[in-house]
Amino acid sequence: MSDVSGGRDTAGRRGTNDLSTSGIPDEATAAPGVPTRKEDLQHQVVGSREGMFGVRGSGDTSGYGGLVATVAMPSGSEPPYGGWFDEVARALSSGLAERGLPEAVEKVVVHRGEITFFIRRERLLEVARLLRDEESLRFELCLGVSGVHYPGETGRELHAVYHLLSMTHNRRIRLEVACPDADPHIQSVVPVYPTNDWHERETWDFFGIVFDGHPSLTRIEMPDDWPGHPQRKDYPLGGIPVEYKGATIPPPETRRTYN
Amino acid sequence: MATAADAQRDQRGEDDPYGASTQDTTGGRVFTVTGQDWDALVAGIAEGDGSDDRVVVNMGPQHPSTHGVLRLILELDGETVTEARCGIGYLHTGIEKNMEYRSWVQGVTFCTRMDYLSPFFNELTYCLGVERLLGIEDQIPEKAQVMRVLLNELNRISSHLVCIATGGMEIGALTVMTIGFRERELVLDLFELITGLRMNHAFIRPGGVAQGMPPGALDQIRDFVALMRKRLPEYAALCNANPIFKGRLEGVGYLDLAGCLALGMTGPVLRSTGYAWDLRKMQPYSGYEDYTFDVPTWDTCDAYGRFRIRLAEMEESLRIVEQCAARLDKLQDAPVMVADKKIAWPSRLAVGSDGVGNSLDHIKHIMGESMEALIHHFKLVTEGFRVPAGQAYVPVESPRGELGCHVVSDGGTRPYRAHFRDPSFTNLQATSVMSEGGQVADVIVAIASIDPVMGGVDR
Amino acid sequence: MGLEEKLPSGVLLTTVEGVAGYMRKASFWPATFGLACCAIEMMTSGGPRYDLARFGMEVFRASPRQADLMIVAGRVSQKMAPVLRQIYDQMAEPKWVLAMGVCASSGGMFNNYAIVQGVDHVVPVDMYLPGCPPRPEMLIDAILKLHDQVQHTKLGAHRSAEVIEHETAALNAVPTSEMKGLLR
Repeated sequence: MSDVSGGRDTAGRRGTNDLSTSGIPDEATAAPGVPTRKEDLQHQVVGSREGMFGVRGSGDTSGYGGLVATVAMPSGSEPPYGGWFDEVARALSSGLAERGLPEAVEKVVVHRGEITFFIRRERLLEVARLLRDEESLRFELCLGVSGVHYPGETGRELHAVYHLLSMTHNRRIRLEVACPDADPHIQSVVPVYPTNDWHERETWDFFGIVFDGHPSLTRIEMPDDWPGHPQRKDYPLGGIPVEYKGATIPPPETRRTYN
Repeated sequence: MATAADAQRDQRGEDDPYGASTQDTTGGRVFTVTGQDWDALVAGIAEGDGSDDRVVVNMGPQHPSTHGVLRLILELDGETVTEARCGIGYLHTGIEKNMEYRSWVQGVTFCTRMDYLSPFFNELTYCLGVERLLGIEDQIPEKAQVMRVLLNELNRISSHLVCIATGGMEIGALTVMTIGFRERELVLDLFELITGLRMNHAFIRPGGVAQGMPPGALDQIRDFVALMRKRLPEYAALCNANPIFKGRLEGVGYLDLAGCLALGMTGPVLRSTGYAWDLRKMQPYSGYEDYTFDVPTWDTCDAYGRFRIRLAEMEESLRIVEQCAARLDKLQDAPVMVADKKIAWPSRLAVGSDGVGNSLDHIKHIMGESMEALIHHFKLVTEGFRVPAGQAYVPVESPRGELGCHVVSDGGTRPYRAHFRDPSFTNLQATSVMSEGGQVADVIVAIASIDPVMGGVDR
Repeated sequence: MGLEEKLPSGVLLTTVEGVAGYMRKASFWPATFGLACCAIEMMTSGGPRYDLARFGMEVFRASPRQADLMIVAGRVSQKMAPVLRQIYDQMAEPKWVLAMGVCASSGGMFNNYAIVQGVDHVVPVDMYLPGCPPRPEMLIDAILKLHDQVQHTKLGAHRSAEVIEHETAALNAVPTSEMKGLLR
């Protein structure tokens, strides 16, 4: 593999922390301004899956209906992260400190050779500008916004994920911004990355995340007067039962599932 | 048309029910026309103060030249386009949401229909993302990697052929269309031989590919390469120095490097500015670093450059296909699926006396020889494997640019979220920049040079 | 060589319906309504290997006003459905609709909020062609079956009688989900 996934060793499988190859973290390599709170080092619980076969209510005496599996996203990592991740994290945090925004980065997750910075939504635009313009960072290309809806993570249901590519340094990072359902506003990065114009419109269309500062936030994929935001988890898939000769098959979202 | 009936109606002071109706809006007077009301329209425009001679024309979504269901809203000043906007979403299928209700392997059949001219690329980016989450990226067998590269490069050839063929048809060069589709049939024959289908194959699966190479495939591939080496120069001879072709394509759809990077363009559009950014070279995946090929660029930043790049990319793809065939020659009986039986897709299809179905060897194995194999087969086909929680993004270089899939897993048997960053979606944002200030005919050429596929744009 | 060589004494007897049907089917111009993957297979059927020109159909008219046949090739999204209906309305009688592919016939694999579950919700369909996508040979087979249908369309009073017959048959027909006993 190329050196984009900087945190990989020859075995190719890198989990979250791997202090064995990088020694004891010291002050020089620790990234100041990227706080690693104790709770971030635990896995981030974003919900749970209940029941085994999608069975709800009475009728299932097997016990599978009572199974509960917590869904936990990979935990935050402590510096050093390995490879060029530290360089980027250091440049980012020192750049933010210069601009007087040390608390912009909430958490850093290194998982499967990819680094994700969780950014506070009020600071997104400045972080993006810093990432694009700073010489050692130079993430010129933003590959769009991807929305994710975690209904189980109260207070941070809607996530917007930005993938950034630095062509100068041949690197990729990911930014993740969370906002609550009650107040789904995130700063728009269109002033910094004009390519996100349609991507943000699409994320608004499908998730209801309002991007403040977007030139024209309107529906792009669904018809203009469509109610609701289809890719949210509380929006039904909308299938209809299908008639075959001698049977009717229910739509996919009501069929038996394996949780 | 002033008929006696109209004259009588005017005398009676009644409104012509089929006449053009007008409305005054904040944007100016809006005429709604239904036909046979040219006079009313002209009279209405003449009444205006003369500055409202901009006409908003709607091209599409049903239009032979808009590459699928793309709606172009053009504001014209005579023949010059003053504003151009795209209306998309007419092919929105909800593929990403549908994938959340299917298992990880079934997701391949959905995502393959997104960008329908390059199905293998969709499958590959999704499978690479899933494999990264599973952590089996370095356990993919070599034969599977080589087959993936082979199929991708053949797909690149067929996709560029469609782009050139439809582009040629849109500017009136119908011969380019017939020869383009003639060559594409050869590629589709190869696909049918290897995967069983001409389009929308669900062949690249997490862990490897679905089947090995059938007997006789390598010979057919070599014959194909030899034939294409003779046929591709036909396109060059027909178009490259053709004065009409050059006249229509040169200088059209100009977008320099700064513009490309600001708008997030990748693929032939970016390479037409002279910047040789190709993910196969810069961030290789699936073993691309072991193949010898060049990345063609052009430096005129216009539609002609993109056309020349596509032609050159087809030549480079043929080189890679040759190298793949040579490597596959030495990998005759190698496995094509990952060794981990809890992930590897279990069944092997074969043609039997009653059609295509599971190969009898496989059935004998799971029914008679190995209980574990039966359990694995059952669990994998019904429930599917579980992917550890997390997210991944592994982009590939599709014929249109950078295609990536952001895969989010919650530890279950289905994708929690699979979002595709489609190059056509991003590249289409450049229509306004490329078309405004030019002429109406150039809009078609500019869009053809971007090569959008509406399935990928709308997903 | 031609038809006239084979006629006894050079006289051909036929019916008005036969001639009208023959004229209509022999030069049956499709309207371009290619939406998705099926559109590519439709284009290849017009291409050199599977030549639609031999049926007089290679001119895909861009304007629906000049077309006889609308081949709905691909998935019809909710946003596209009104456009589909408008194009259908703009076609002049007599017109036929061929739903190409499973997405046009019944919604296909996309049983969700975004796709119309079969274009017969929007326009009356004369021929359904399943496949994902159907091979060009399958498309040509469907077109030839449609040609048969067109050839044998009745006119005038015969047509009214036929319509009444079809309607009563449909009203008395067994619903699809009640057609039991077909699995052997």
